[in-house]
Amino acid sequence: MTGTGAAAVTAQVVLVVAGAPLLAGLMRQVRARMEGRAGGGVGQPWRDLRKLLRKEPITPTGTGPAFRIAPLLLVATTAVVAALVPLASTATPFSERADLIVVVALLALGTVSLALAGLDTGTAFGGMGASREMTVAALVEPTILLSVFALSIPAGSTNLPTIVSGAIHEPGRLASPAGLLATAALAVAVLAEAGRLPVDNPSTHLELTMIHEAMVLEYAGPDLALVELGAQMRLTVLLGLLASLFAPWGIATTASLAAVALALVLFAVKVAVLGAVLAAAEVFWAKLRLFRVPELLAGSFLLALLAVTASFFLSGE
Amino acid sequence: MSVVGPALAVASGGAGIALAAGTWLPERARSTAVGVCTAGLGAAGLVAGAAALRGERWSAQLPDLLPLAGVHLAVDALSGLFMAVAGAVVLAVAVYGIGYAAGHGLSSRGVQAVLPAFALTLVLVPAAGSLSTFLVLWELMALTSLVLVVAEHRERPSVRTAGVWYAVMTHMGLVLLLVGLMWFAAGAGGETFAALRAGADGMSAGARDTVFVLAGLAFASKAGMVPLHAWLPRAHPEAPSHVSALMSAAMVNLGVYGIVRVGFDLLGGGPRWWWWLVLATGAVSAVYGILQAAMASDLKRLLAYSTSENLGLVLIGVGAAGMFNAAGNRPLAGLALAAALLHVVNHAAFKALLFCVAGSVLHATGLRDLDRLGGLRARMPVTAGLFAVAALGAVALPPGNGFVSEWLLLQSLIHGLSVPGVSTAILLPLAVATIALSAGLAAAVFVKALGVGFFARPRSPRAAGAKESPPSMLAAMGLLAAACAALALAPGALAPGLSRATAAAGLAGRAPLSGGGLQVRLSQASASLWPLWIALALALALAGAAGLTRLIAHRGRRRAGARLWDCGGGAPTPRMAYTATSFAEPLQRVFDDVLAPEQDVNVTPVRESAYLVERVRFQRQVPDRIEHRLYRPVLAALSGVGTAARRLAGGSVHLYLGYGFFALVAVLVALAVMQ
Repeated sequence: MTGTGAAAVTAQVVLVVAGAPLLAGLMRQVRARMEGRAGGGVGQPWRDLRKLLRKEPITPTGTGPAFRIAPLLLVATTAVVAALVPLASTATPFSERADLIVVVALLALGTVSLALAGLDTGTAFGGMGASREMTVAALVEPTILLSVFALSIPAGSTNLPTIVSGAIHEPGRLASPAGLLATAALAVAVLAEAGRLPVDNPSTHLELTMIHEAMVLEYAGPDLALVELGAQMRLTVLLGLLASLFAPWGIATTASLAAVALALVLFAVKVAVLGAVLAAAEVFWAKLRLFRVPELLAGSFLLALLAVTASFFLSGE
Repeated sequence: MSVVGPALAVASGGAGIALAAGTWLPERARSTAVGVCTAGLGAAGLVAGAAALRGERWSAQLPDLLPLAGVHLAVDALSGLFMAVAGAVVLAVAVYGIGYAAGHGLSSRGVQAVLPAFALTLVLVPAAGSLSTFLVLWELMALTSLVLVVAEHRERPSVRTAGVWYAVMTHMGLVLLLVGLMWFAAGAGGETFAALRAGADGMSAGARDTVFVLAGLAFASKAGMVPLHAWLPRAHPEAPSHVSALMSAAMVNLGVYGIVRVGFDLLGGGPRWWWWLVLATGAVSAVYGILQAAMASDLKRLLAYSTSENLGLVLIGVGAAGMFNAAGNRPLAGLALAAALLHVVNHAAFKALLFCVAGSVLHATGLRDLDRLGGLRARMPVTAGLFAVAALGAVALPPGNGFVSEWLLLQSLIHGLSVPGVSTAILLPLAVATIALSAGLAAAVFVKALGVGFFARPRSPRAAGAKESPPSMLAAMGLLAAACAALALAPGALAPGLSRATAAAGLAGRAPLSGGGLQVRLSQASASLWPLWIALALALALAGAAGLTRLIAHRGRRRAGARLWDCGGGAPTPRMAYTATSFAEPLQRVFDDVLAPEQDVNVTPVRESAYLVERVRFQRQVPDRIEHRLYRPVLAALSGVGTAARRLAGGSVHLYLGYGFFALVAVLVALAVMQ
């Protein structure tokens, strides 16, 4: 059991690290094709990362340990999350410790460390990005935790494998009003957390509308590669989390090696489909003005609150 | 053999010696002697509290110490928890005070003599075993802290205003408490806690309700709950930093202690609506406090509002415990109370450290304004690192200590589903949303405090000339940081103590903590958290990421001192960096309707032409709205009455004689009618 479980966890992490740039490439390719361009190919983000990694590491004047550690911490927290979330198997050595609140908090830790790095540079852009990022993060947090709450109520636990295996055995939970509302709320929260349209535009540079890019402007070389990889991994993990929670079919609940292998393939397919859908949708979306974003987030917060109240009333005795 | 009694005796003795030392010793030796004795007092308090937490019960009667009622002391595990927290905070803060007091006018006789007295009351209030003892100690605590708050009144005029606010608010609380608890004593037919416990059942429901509401209001105001929080953001910033640490990490806890002691232990739980009130107060305070903290650019004011937030979270837990208890679900109630108490402990650890760091910054730069700080990371590296440790605890993210208790609190609320009733179905989701919102905003608040105050470049010459604090201050802060780390990594050590404390409050449940981490096991649900494991996994992933990058990436040396790019704008000046005010601006806009910021633009044109501008003055502030709406009208009305009453005193002796005559007649008439 532990052997297969450990293998499943390793495979999850490796797949997320290696697949995240490919997912970004796929999304860019979908977008390019829909906009009538040829695009750089699915492997382009990997090639970008390789190029960046070969460059000389640089420490700008006046930056300190926070600036240095933030990219590593971003990647590390996301890797831990990738190990915790049952992307491929619920029977892992970590399954007892995989708590949904911990997952949310670890992702927030990555956000916080990057915001601190933005402030550490002491530039106007860094501060602006950090300020906006923390504003959005502060408003996303309640939505995510409330959706978590809504999902934990039918399962009676915030333990992720319990929630996922419960949903596999009782698919009716997902089709309940609470499940659907929570899905919608969490989907909006994922867009905001991953810094995608309509909250933030990941491909913008030097615009006053940017959030994420403004924080990381001073990074170069291998550090920038880590930041980019971290952002891509975050998107992958968040989409994977969404897939695990709302389309858990195929995730291995036993320690069989074949089931885990199938689940890994299915996970890749699910995330690729979700990513492609998101990229296609982004072609038609415009970025919201920064001060319209809270309205969107308030809307999703309301959905999450409704989800919780619904599941309280529907499953309470 | 009991440890509690001797330890408390040692604590009192330590306070006595410290008091004498503060009064008689010459200034050179004074603060050191007082600091050492007060630290001993704190250590004794910690020992006594820990012994009580291990299950020792102790009580004593000293009939000759106070006239009429005498002094009753009774210590159980619940008091032990608060005594241990207060003792630990006193211990660290007293060591800190040795270095801090030098050169601030704080080594004066008055301050040095009163500090140990205040510390002693913090340790002894939870040990009180009768109402009279409790009230005397409570009032002593209020008076000594008031003296300490106004310690620096010669330096800044704002200290006096803060002192007046604090004095009025704390004594209004005392009046409420006095009325409520005396009513209780009259109804229960006794004033020792044992007699109250026995007599509470015999009281009418109305009397119990009144007692709870009156005492609850007083305790909530001590805990800094909205709308009775007005003293907190004034008194904490203006008090000397080590006193702020004592107030914020130890004194406000006693408000929680009072609510738990009176509500659960003495009154025996009570109906559900009491605890709705407690939960709602906590929820409102949590969000309001952290929003105000997000707007504050004064470092200590920010920390004071954060205290309001954290105590709000604690009261959410206490309120939930009461609701579950009223619904008959004891294990769940025990879990919620244990979560609340754990948060009290965690908050005390990180908040004491935060205030001590703020004090170090003040000591080194003379500044509290984040907008003028910055760049301290390079000048005070240890202090900045310690602030980072404390901030990690305060933002409720792993691997900080605040995360552990907030996780437990969320678990208790999520499992509250098993409690039937419409009220739980509405209140618990809202409570979770409140905790989540305050956690999110807390992250923004402490990113602001750390990023703007300690990182980037110094924004004023004073910040640029900062020097690291003396060793005694650093040692004390190191002690607190170690406590934060221990609480973050091994909260399981507190497990037996916490379950004894909840049992002492009358809510026995299975221990929610265990050696390896936290585990919630209720009838149909379970959850667990291994804080140590999370920290290990993070460290491992960090090392892995660093190692892999080093392996793959460019092998050359890191080039230091490269110019900042800043979009090609050239080397940025400190004036270009984001300040605390600008950092908070988006949040302020989002919560515009709640915060109601005041903005004012004054344009003065040149006299010859209205189109040429001579001067533009822009003013913006985010006032405490509740304070404005609730307190200002009352204050205005009071001062209006005072002004109007001046006309009564015209200076004519005949008039005064007339007043006396008519007053006498009125009394006689009243007596005649009543006969």
